[in-house]
Amino acid sequence: MDTIYALATAQGRAGVAVVRISGPQAHEACIHLCGDLPEPRRTALRVLTGADGVKLDEALVLVFPHGGSFTGEAVVELHLHGSTAVVAAVLRELSALPGLRAAEAGEFTRRALENGRLDLAQVEGLADLIDAETEAQRRQALRVLSGDLGRLAEGWRRDLIRAAALLEATIDFADEDVPVDVTPEVSDLLHSVQADLRRQSAGVTTAERIRTGFEVAIVGAPNVGKSTLLNALAGREAAITSEYAGTTRDVIEVRMDLGGIPVTLLDTAGLRETSDVVEGIGITRARERAALADLRVFLIDGEDQPDLSPEPEDIVVRAKADLLQDKAGAVSGISGEGIESLVGEITSRLSGRLSGLGIATRERHRVAMLRAVSALDDAARHLLLGPVAYELTAEELRQAIRALESLVGRVDVENLLDEIFSSFCVGK
Amino acid sequence: MFHVKQSEFDVVVVGGGHAGAEAAHAAARMGARTALITLTFAGIGVMSCNPAIGGLGKGHLVREIDAMDGVMARVADQAGIQFRLLNRRKGPAVQGPRAQADRKIYRSAMQTALSAVELLTIIEGEVVDFLMRGDQVSGVRLADGSEIGATAVVLTTGTFLRGVIHIGDVSRPGGRMGDKPSIPLAEKIDSFGLPLGRLKTGTPPRLDGRTINWDILEEQPGDDDPVLFSFMSKGLSLRQVPCGITHTNERTHEIIQQNLTRSAMYGGLIEGVGPRYCPSIEDKVVRFADKSSHQVFLEPEGLDDHTVYPNGISTSLPEDVQHQYVQSMLGLEKAVILQPGYAIEYDYVDPRALDARLAVKTVPGLFLAGQINGTTGYEEAAAQGLVAGLNAAAAAMERDSVLFSRSDSYIGVMIDDLVTRGVTEPYRMFTSRAEFRLSLRADNADQRLTPKALALGCVGPERATAFGKKMDDLAHGRALLDASSHTPKALISLGLSVSQDGSRRNAFQLLSFPDVTFDHLLELDPGLDVIEPAAREQLAKDALYANYIDRQQRDIDVMRRDEMQEIPPELDFMAIDGLSNELKAKLARTKPANLHQAAKIDGMTPAALTLLLAKLRQAKRERSA
Repeated sequence: MDTIYALATAQGRAGVAVVRISGPQAHEACIHLCGDLPEPRRTALRVLTGADGVKLDEALVLVFPHGGSFTGEAVVELHLHGSTAVVAAVLRELSALPGLRAAEAGEFTRRALENGRLDLAQVEGLADLIDAETEAQRRQALRVLSGDLGRLAEGWRRDLIRAAALLEATIDFADEDVPVDVTPEVSDLLHSVQADLRRQSAGVTTAERIRTGFEVAIVGAPNVGKSTLLNALAGREAAITSEYAGTTRDVIEVRMDLGGIPVTLLDTAGLRETSDVVEGIGITRARERAALADLRVFLIDGEDQPDLSPEPEDIVVRAKADLLQDKAGAVSGISGEGIESLVGEITSRLSGRLSGLGIATRERHRVAMLRAVSALDDAARHLLLGPVAYELTAEELRQAIRALESLVGRVDVENLLDEIFSSFCVGK
Repeated sequence: MFHVKQSEFDVVVVGGGHAGAEAAHAAARMGARTALITLTFAGIGVMSCNPAIGGLGKGHLVREIDAMDGVMARVADQAGIQFRLLNRRKGPAVQGPRAQADRKIYRSAMQTALSAVELLTIIEGEVVDFLMRGDQVSGVRLADGSEIGATAVVLTTGTFLRGVIHIGDVSRPGGRMGDKPSIPLAEKIDSFGLPLGRLKTGTPPRLDGRTINWDILEEQPGDDDPVLFSFMSKGLSLRQVPCGITHTNERTHEIIQQNLTRSAMYGGLIEGVGPRYCPSIEDKVVRFADKSSHQVFLEPEGLDDHTVYPNGISTSLPEDVQHQYVQSMLGLEKAVILQPGYAIEYDYVDPRALDARLAVKTVPGLFLAGQINGTTGYEEAAAQGLVAGLNAAAAAMERDSVLFSRSDSYIGVMIDDLVTRGVTEPYRMFTSRAEFRLSLRADNADQRLTPKALALGCVGPERATAFGKKMDDLAHGRALLDASSHTPKALISLGLSVSQDGSRRNAFQLLSFPDVTFDHLLELDPGLDVIEPAAREQLAKDALYANYIDRQQRDIDVMRRDEMQEIPPELDFMAIDGLSNELKAKLARTKPANLHQAAKIDGMTPAALTLLLAKLRQAKRERSA
């Protein structure tokens, strides 16, 4: 049984962040970080230190014995200072310990359930967890797949399928018209993926996530006051860290710190039906960017509705409060009316829903990449022996693909067979 | 045997092909009074496609059937006229035994083997209907009106469901060549409302070996040290013969290109999906247009049979075109076609309608095995026959189900693939389908499965004794190897490359090194000489993968844990709050039998599984309360 860990509190800057560790190695992990194992069920103040001797944080540590925790396993809770950098450093330290891995969504609950530690009311609460999980996964998938990492992952997927298919073809169709020795081509594919993975796992750090922040798109019909609102938000409530026009004329990005959370505000082109080709392209781009954003603020002006529907979590406000009699739920970038409550609304929604995004996800990706690199190292070693060890090379490749599943999606045996049948004319 | 007007059996097996023969044999081994109903006694054990058994993945299945004391391996060994161990130069995990079989001898050996089974009655007749007790199948009715009662019925009717044979632009209804299709039975199956699909497969023209110029053809001989299928077989039964090899050429491809519109497949007559790993020659020429030549294996069908099976040129072109393209190849210039090649289309039952026993979920008492479930191949059919036969007997005798897992056998991999994922083309076994391939080897099939068979009581005394001795030899040998430990210095003195880390290694660990042979061990420790040669060979294979087996064992444990979480068939997925409608619909459609099967459903998330587990716990508690 693996020992699992995860950030138990919402992500983003906060007063306290709780990291929870559960499983047979939990207490060893605690000793590794704190130097000793505090007495169970008594809070203890400890300095957490990394393997390299660097101080990570000063934290309240709470230890639960096996059979006396909410999962039923040995559990340790680390109450850290709520800084993203501290949390990231502690998670990274944990990921390096043998037998420990990041928890899947719902995994603590599952263990509690399996050990008979949950009552029915708590079980009912699982439904909410699923909503959160699927939503976070959907967004994460969109986000990963639309960026550079997505392009890379797609390339890895293609190369790993190709390499595995070459090996499997020589194994499963040995008495047919397929190449006997595929070592050179497999070797090229392995080494190129390995190099990419090494580079990426070194580069993907929480810093990137913190820099990027969360995207909030302002959407609405043309001339409803989006740009004015953006300027007002930037000028009054936020420290602008950079400002530039997007790669097209249609999306303006402004990075700022909103209520303690790093946010990129997007001012998108007005959404409406159009026959103008160039404007049409801009609107399509705007719609895509808006759909990928973490949150959308809809500005509505009378009957002029944008042709994009808000999702349940999105914020809908009425525009041009300065011209309205009834100012309930309305904002104005000109007079500043409603701006403060809008900022409050945005920050509360972002900080409430951040689990599954951000650090943990990135950290999981990094760990997955490192596991894949190590499996590919072994694969390359077996590959040197040639066809006599192809089944071992293939086994390591399978491990690498499994490790990368969270990035490249599941690679199924059917994918391998597809590749084999499209590349080789097999069949006697 | 034969005409029984009124009778009662525990198990009735319909069909005497590879699935039916294995099912009937297995049910009788379990102690069930069994009847096998076949159109003709002579049809039992017929190889309707190529005259070969085994291969990669398939050879594994044959070994596993044998480990359960099934019949296919022993019959194939008696009929084998050319044995080859495929992937001999690769690791043992991916080596698969294969043999050319003498068709006639295979058939007669199978008929003899089945006739010898005491609890098995063989009945000639055509099954036209099922007897029903409520919604439960309780036997079959034959065309002559006689009724045969049974607690469980295993249907193994292959391509007989709405089979259509195509030779060029000529189509006619039919099962395999020369047999009539089973229309009343097909209508009865329809009445059960089972989901059906349509597949196709093809055969090449059969040639007269006396008209082939063998002298100018390349030969493919069998292995010098033949590896047989059965753990019980001691040696070859028949004279061994080589196969011939010829090739298609540009002229062959030209003839096929010019006549494509006359092919049933390219003329649009066929709607069924064919297997990608066994394409027709038309397909090869069209899809791989840049290849100017394809291999054709000329496989003899028997020692005293001049029929030759040209493996690699299955077709649905008209007879005159087959004649032309066959004669365009080297050595076949004067070849005479004895029987034209044809394509056959047939209905199959979506195997997702079955549970892991191969029982139809919605029709109690009915089991399906073989090609009717969308598979192809004798070995795949026989393995399903084994599973259905064991379970039909278990059901009839009110014993526990006999389940195979992905972690214990290729049989388990196949059954799981079929019942959870269904098929999109005729399903064939490959070693790449088995994620635990390194532990599921042909060489250790008996170690994996014979204990299970012994526990079921379906193993004859002869095998039980031989297996007991083998396991004793292995355990004894393993103990000697583990106890024999050596320093790096001693190893280096033998010329072996090991790191000089000072840690001692035992002889079993040493065997896992690629450059260490048993002879090296004898130099280090002459006392190991008492280990029998067969045990040495087996222990070396076990040692080679020992490190991987530990790792795979962890994955297996996780999977087993989920497999243990059985989902009761009556669980209403639609009523589970919190699951997305899409997931609910997928669950309701596939009806997973346990949490592992549920986890494999596309789009399933860890949290959704947790919720499902919670519901299972809740339902269990309510039942026991």
